Order: sequence, then C-alpha cells, then structure tokens
Amino acid sequence: MTSSWTRITFTLNCRAVEAQIRNDETLLELLRREFGLYGARESCGQGVCGTCTVEVGGMPVSSCLYWAVQLDRAEVTTIESLSRDGALDPIQQAFVDAGAFQCGFCTPGMIMMCRGLLRDNADPSDDEIRRWLTGSICRCGAYPEIICAVHAAAAAVKSDAGR
Amino acid sequence: MTEIGRSRPVLEARSKVDGTADYVINHVRHRMLHAAIVRSTEPHAELAGIDADAARASPGVHSVLTGQDVAQVIKDPYYGPAFHDQPILALEKVRYVGEPVALVLADERHIAVAAAALVDVSYRGLKPVFDEVAASAEDAPLVHESLRPGAAFADLRHLAGVRGTNVALHTRLRHGDPDAAWDGGGQVFEHEYHTQQVAHVPLESHCAIAEFVGPDRLEVESGTQSPSFTRLELARLLGWRENQVRVIVPYLGGGFGAKLYMKLEALAAAAALIAGRPVRVAITMDEQFFTISRHATTTRIRSRVDDTGKFLARAVEVYWNGGAYADIGPRVTQKSGFIAAGPYRIDAVAVDSRAVYTNRTPAGAMRGFGVPQMVFAHESHADEIAAATGMDPIELRRRNLLADGDLHATGTRLESAATMEVLELLATKMRWAEEIDRGSGTVRRGRGVAIGLKAVVTPTTSAATVSLAGDGSVTVRQGTVDMGQGSSTVMAVIAGQALGVPPEQIAVLPPDTDATPYDMGTLGSRSTFHMGNAVLAAALDVKRQLMAFAAEVTGCSPADVSCSGGRVAGLTFEEIMSATHGARAGTLVGYGSYTPRTVAPDPKTGQSPAITPFWMVGGSGAEISVDVETGRITVDRIVCVADAGVALNPDAARRQVSGGVVMQLGMTLSEEMRYEDGQLTNPGLGLYKVPTALDVPPDIDVCLIQHPHPAGPYGAKGIGETGTFAVSPAVANALADATGVRIRSLPLSAEKVLRGLHVSKGRRLE
Repeated sequence: MTSSWTRITFTLNCRAVEAQIRNDETLLELLRREFGLYGARESCGQGVCGTCTVEVGGMPVSSCLYWAVQLDRAEVTTIESLSRDGALDPIQQAFVDAGAFQCGFCTPGMIMMCRGLLRDNADPSDDEIRRWLTGSICRCGAYPEIICAVHAAAAAVKSDAGR
Repeated sequence: MTEIGRSRPVLEARSKVDGTADYVINHVRHRMLHAAIVRSTEPHAELAGIDADAARASPGVHSVLTGQDVAQVIKDPYYGPAFHDQPILALEKVRYVGEPVALVLADERHIAVAAAALVDVSYRGLKPVFDEVAASAEDAPLVHESLRPGAAFADLRHLAGVRGTNVALHTRLRHGDPDAAWDGGGQVFEHEYHTQQVAHVPLESHCAIAEFVGPDRLEVESGTQSPSFTRLELARLLGWRENQVRVIVPYLGGGFGAKLYMKLEALAAAAALIAGRPVRVAITMDEQFFTISRHATTTRIRSRVDDTGKFLARAVEVYWNGGAYADIGPRVTQKSGFIAAGPYRIDAVAVDSRAVYTNRTPAGAMRGFGVPQMVFAHESHADEIAAATGMDPIELRRRNLLADGDLHATGTRLESAATMEVLELLATKMRWAEEIDRGSGTVRRGRGVAIGLKAVVTPTTSAATVSLAGDGSVTVRQGTVDMGQGSSTVMAVIAGQALGVPPEQIAVLPPDTDATPYDMGTLGSRSTFHMGNAVLAAALDVKRQLMAFAAEVTGCSPADVSCSGGRVAGLTFEEIMSATHGARAGTLVGYGSYTPRTVAPDPKTGQSPAITPFWMVGGSGAEISVDVETGRITVDRIVCVADAGVALNPDAARRQVSGGVVMQLGMTLSEEMRYEDGQLTNPGLGLYKVPTALDVPPDIDVCLIQHPHPAGPYGAKGIGETGTFAVSPAVANALADATGVRIRSLPLSAEKVLRGLHVSKGRRLE
C-alpha cells in the first residue's frame, strides 16, 4: 500500500510550521510523529473519549478524527503551550490543586475541553460542566474532582481578569 | 513534623497536567518495527491454514509470523501466571474470537494494520461453549485437551495433565459441619445471582516494545503492572536467566488489573527475536476487549436462618467464567471463594468455587479480584432474607456481622478489621433511622446498603532500596507501578518520614528490573502495605548506616547519635557523606524486603490460622430514583465507608475509593460485554459505554475509618479496591426498596427494571 504525501503549513502553538504529511494521516499522528508532542493521546480512536483533544481555530477537536490535510493555514493549540515561563495555566493549576486525575492519561484532553468551556461560559454550573464533558472519559473516575477543578479554574480566571 | 496523614499532590502532578508524563506509547527505538495482530474470527476451531502471501507482498511489510514461527524460536511457547496454557500465537486451534493468530511486522503501524486485513486464515469449526455452568457439565465441548498448571505452584501441581474437563480449578472451603447444618428449625433461603463479563478499559491500551541488545540480553519496555513477573516469565520462555532480561515500566495510563502478568510482552519478544530488530506491539481500544476481562459469574447461595435472623448455615457454589485461558482466574476463584459466604459469623459454611474455561475473551484480575462479584451475591441475598423475614437490612447485618477478633470461615481471626464501625458509620451517613423521600408521580425512590470483606492476596514479597547520593539526596528504587493510585508518592512519604526528609525532595524511580528489586506485582491493594514495609525497612537501613558514619565523624558514641529533621548528630546528610568519603561522593544503599507470615490453606477445607496479613472492609449505601415508565435508575447519592488503617495521603486515598465507586457504578448499571454466537458485539468505547461525568452521582461521600494496623508501615494498609466491593448490591437493594423489583443479574439495565415492574403487576413485556 502506498500513501500520497502533501506539504502543509499551519500555526502550531503560535509558531508557523511546515510538514510533509501522508494524506491519510490524522492530526494526532502528525503531532506525535513530526513534532514530538505527546500530550494528545489516542485512546478510543473513534472520537468518543476526548483523550486526543486539541484546539483547531480555537475550537476543541478530537485529533484522532481530524485529517492533517485539513489543517492548511489553521491554528493548532495543544496542551504543551498552556504553561508560560514555567507557570501553569489556571486550569492546569486547578487540576493539580483538586487532584483531578489519577493515571493522568485523559488529563491533557480534559483540560483542553475545559478551556473551551470556560471561554464560552465564565461561570458554568455543575450541570453545564457535566454536559460539556460527556465526550471526555476518565476511567479512573475522577469526575467529582474534575468538576471542582473547573469551578476553581473559573474563579481563578475571573479574579485574574478583575486585576 | 510528621509527613504521615498530610494530603499532598502526587509527585508527578505537574507532568500529568502539562502533557509531559511519560507513557510507554511515547517510546520509540532505532529501527523499530510496528506490529498488527491478525485475530481469530471463530470462537472454537482448528486452524486449517494461514495464507499470508498477499500481506507479505505489501510494500513496507517486513514479515508475517504465525504460531509455528514462534515455536521455532521458543520451544514451549505457552505462558500464564497460574497455568501455562496460552500460546503466544495460536497453535493448532483457536479458543475465542479475537485470539491472536498471526502478527504482521512493518516499518509503520498503518502499513501493518492494512496488511493484517489481507491475511487469510481458514478454520475447521468446533463446537463452542460460552456459559460457565454449561461448560462445567461432563459432556461439554472441551476448550483445552488437558490442564497445564505452572510448575511453580505446589497447590496446582496435581492438576497437570488432567483431561476431559473445563474446570481448571475447584477450590473448597469447609467450616464447621456444613453437611449436618441443614437439619433443625428456621427457614432456608436459596438464590442464584449472575454477574456479567465486563472490560477494564484503561484509557491507555496495552503496548510493549522488545529489543534484543547483543546476543544474550533482552530489553522490554511495557505498560505492565507486573515487571518482576514479566521478567521471570520471559526468562522461562527463552530458557534464560532472569538477569538477561530487563523490563522497564513508565507511568501507566490506567491498569485496573488489565495489565497484570504478561499480555503482549512475549509476543513482542518473540517477534523481535525472529525479526532481529526492535518490535513494538501496541493494541487499540477495541482490541483490549479481546485481551482480558473481568469474570462473569453464576453464584448459588443457600442459607439457613433462625427466627431472630441469625445465619446458621450457608452453602455457596460459584462458577467463574474464565474464558479461553486461565490467566490469574484460578487464583481469583480461590481467593474470592474464601470470602464468598460474606463477612458473617456462620457456624457451618461450605463454599465450592470453580474456575471454568469457555470460548470467550480470557478473564483475569480486576479491581477487587473477584470480591465485587461475590459481594453482589451475598449482599443481595442478605436483603432478600431481610425482606422475607421482615427485618431491617442494617439490623440483620448487625446481628450477623463478624466483629474484630471473631473467627472467619477460613479459620483465621479477623484482626484490625473495622467491620462493625464500617456498618455503623454507613448507617449514620445514610441517615438510616430517618425515612427518605419516596418520590412521586413516575419516580420511586429507595435506598440500600451492602458490606464486603477481602483478605489481601498472599503470600507475596516486595523489596526496595533507599539510597543516598554524595549530596545527601534520597532515591527510592522499588517495583510498585504507579498507574494513578499515587503509590510513588506514598513511598516517598514513608521514606521521607523515616529519614526526616520532605517527600517532595525524594526521587522515586520508575520500575526497571535492572535497578529495582523484586516485587510480586501491583495488584490486590497490596502495595502500600507490602512495598511500604519494604521501603520503610530500606530507609531505616540507610538511616542506621548514616548514624554509624555520624558517630565516627563526630566521635560520639553511636547510642548518643540522633536523627531528626534531615540531620544526624547535627550534621546534614551531605556533610556526613563528604566527611566519610573525603569529598561530595559515594553512595549509601539501604535494603528492605517484606514477606508477611501466613499459612497456606488446607487444600481440602481451605482452613488456615493465618490466611492473610490484613483484611479490607468496604461498605456502600445508595439512594436512587427509578423512573417507572422507562425503568431507568438514577443514583442520587452514594456513601462509601472504607477501613483504611492509617491513610498516608488521605485525599489521594479518598479519590482512589471514589474512583472505584464510579467504575463499579458503570458495571452496576450499564457495562456488559455482549456476545452473539461467540462474537463480541460491542468492543470499543463507541459501543461499550463506561461512565461519563453525566453518570456520576452529584453526591459521593467517601469516609475513611482510620485505625493503625499493627503490621502496616506507619499503620497503613491497602485500600485501592475497597470502593468497588459493595456498590452493586447497594444499588440492587435500593432498587428492591424503591420498587419491590429484585434483579439478580448485573447490569441493572433499564430493560430489566422495566420488565421486573411489569411482571410485578402481573403483566408481560415482550
């Protein structure tokens, strides 16, 4: 079996990048193969678990179902870009403080989903958080702590904005 | 200042939120080949032929391997922790749909996957058997021609070569005079319960990378819960010494028992040996469902009960659906058989527990080692007895529950087991004395409780070293695998407390059998107790050496040297190392090993005066709402009370219990591996639904009862599985309380509930 190849340019974590990609390659495969970014991970491979979540054009997407060829000139943001100068982003910090993970495998995807939620809704209710996260599975069952972390992150973002 | 009992983030917290945590799926090796597994499409069949020509001819394909190829390089290519019954690739016949039949190796994974679809396997079908009770019958189709127990186990040796049965192991427990105990007054109750086959579903699927480094060294990187066992088993297969095999384990993206013992490692090693290149074998989420599962069970319980509700006699028969290969199923059968009669004082007990081969995905250990299945049976049974005798469920349990110091049915006394406290705290937290809102309209509300007991697996050994570098910094080398339970942090807390060093400054290295001493495995809630004791002993050993050096350096009498706050005789560790070695140099190594003293059970009666080093007790209560128009159950509130010994990192311990509750809720309400004619119809997360944030009760109340265990490190004992024990029967009992409908098989699906509601009204539901 042979694959055909395409050259694309896009923005990855605020940097312009180029890549030679297989036409049947997913964004998830590309991130891992070409850029050594391992925060997004394959789990279900069907777009139902959220473990591979990254942002394309500011929207969370399942990178296991997103063709790399669709990326041309798009802006991609991954978990690796969230911490600045060694300081964690407020959502990351809230996850640490709440102990909102056990094995940690789903955590980057979970955090990327929560980022999308808090951008649209600065103060989500429990129910809104639960509904937003139905596409993000945590088999360790850390959902109660994750919900706490989202509330804490929302409060932290708000107090940052107020300063 | 004590480090014990202070909640703290796990040491690796930062790497888990910034995406840098190291999992084996990130690893690559130079010239590494990728693999795809060709799997059986038949539940039970002779292999008639494998045509791999088209796959071999595909560009980028390196080779296609079959069981015959493996047998060329590994003389007896069968593996397994209890029985050596599982071929690395199928030989002569296949025993379940999804069994690995061939392996395609290619330069890239997607090439291997595409080529695997081109391998044409032909079969001659054999009659299959899927049900554990049917498979136990004398005339059932035979999954294995003869039994192949591993030579290492004295208690299984007598089974070698036994033919004509699917029962791999039949274990018996006999306490008092169970044959004579059925005469006399009182009522006899008999019920049959079923639990379904379910999947572990760690979000990181299995992955193993094998490379032969030179002619006589094998390196394996794997997400395994059993590095030491994997080394031992690979060495056995190769006919090598253990020191020729290295197993390296980074963080695990979940395990829950799915990654215990050996899974893909032998396949990766065999392929690397044949190909002469490193080989990575990684499976997908769908393939997990064809790798390992939790046993389905059929349990029959018969009890004689007197007028006051006291249990007089109990007979339990359990059939464990082990699937096509034994894995650790025989041990699950045995250990969970011991507690199948429940945490009760019963003068006469008979338990017969059978590990049965069938033509399904193999079943092994999963978060509770069979205990959740048994607790579902004995706690549903308890509430059925309470309902029939008009007794309050808490009161019935109060009258029968074993107290600390009582003799358990195994002949071992309960020690440091807070059974009564768990029950009473459960009653308090459930506000049992108060009536609850019973619902209105189409909603009925109810509540239920349940309690379970587990004897931790034995006999097992853990060993560790604690070392000091020239600058006095502390490194712990130990083989407990951190798969999210926070074990590395707990080991740092133990070593830190012993040495007076903040745990956050201690390095706990990931398991690597070249560097980390032996550990039996990360399983059965044994690590905090066993490895914790080994780490404590190692830390105290290095501390003794430091104090001896300090005495020499200061000229003090060793008896006058004290160690506190990271200083010995007033000197820092670095100052002692420098003074002793003449420079900032040297290494001090402390070693610790722990094997609790226990007595093997009598093979005929299961009796032992010391069957376990510690007991675990877990109770759950559930308040639920049932929609009588749809049959849907909503769990409004869950209480879980766990006997923790001393919790070394209390918040992390609570999260472990809470996570167990969430997982067990999935298995209570929705999860089930469904088969049609031996074909699994719902592999993968699109079809097999695990709990999401929407399925979690708004109120999960986890309570830890903390009494120091006399033999535990700083009083700690295991807790990891406790949350799973009693959830399912608590919900089933709440369902009966809410609606009068008793469901004796998991999951408690809306369909079963609706059917039950219709039957209770004398209507039928087609």
